[in-house]
Amino acid sequence: MTHVARLVRDPIDPAALIAQVAAPAHGAIVLFLGVVREVNDGRGVTGIEYSAYEAMAQRELDDIAREGAEFISGAADVAIVHRLGELTLEEASVGIAVSHAHRDDAYAVSRWIIEELKRRVPIWKREHYVDGTREWVDPSGRPVQLVSP
Amino acid sequence: MSVTVLLFASYADALGGPSVSVDIPAEATVADVLAAIGQRPGAELLPALPLVAVNQRFASSSTRISSGDEIALIPPVAGG
Repeated sequence: MTHVARLVRDPIDPAALIAQVAAPAHGAIVLFLGVVREVNDGRGVTGIEYSAYEAMAQRELDDIAREGAEFISGAADVAIVHRLGELTLEEASVGIAVSHAHRDDAYAVSRWIIEELKRRVPIWKREHYVDGTREWVDPSGRPVQLVSP
Repeated sequence: MSVTVLLFASYADALGGPSVSVDIPAEATVADVLAAIGQRPGAELLPALPLVAVNQRFASSSTRISSGDEIALIPPVAGG
């Protein structure tokens, strides 16, 4: 049972993620990519800067990958990669590959992993807007207005 | 004792740097750390009870602090 998780600064390679979870006994691979989008809450976005408490983020990602592989369905392979640094539109910030014998479990594990990641991994993003301003994003509410451009 | 508290993202901006040192009693808990940080300029921009990690695990306000622990305030996470 494979479960790997990494923080990276270079672009995410989806083919490499898929290769990490491919297995002869697994008939389904689900690949999820979270991608930088041009609009958030009605504001034009030009890019996102991701930062992390790297040591703790790595531990949480390791835990999530292991829990996803072992506890949710019992026999999935999981590869998670999260990017840090400056990203532009259409670039992937997170990639999750899950393989399982059957598609239902592969989809379920993939979905569980992204929700857990968003809930408990100490990673933050600062959106850059078309008007030149930048703000930290608080998913529980509005952007945090502490930073001037 | 003096402990260093790691700060990130909006909290680092609020308190003016990536870490802050605070003095706490010997038998201190996370609540004592938060009370000490609350005295710092910029702390009014933080929520009343920010999330805290001790040794890279989420902690509660009653978690005991020992000398050498790695303490961090965790702003609302926004990965993905």
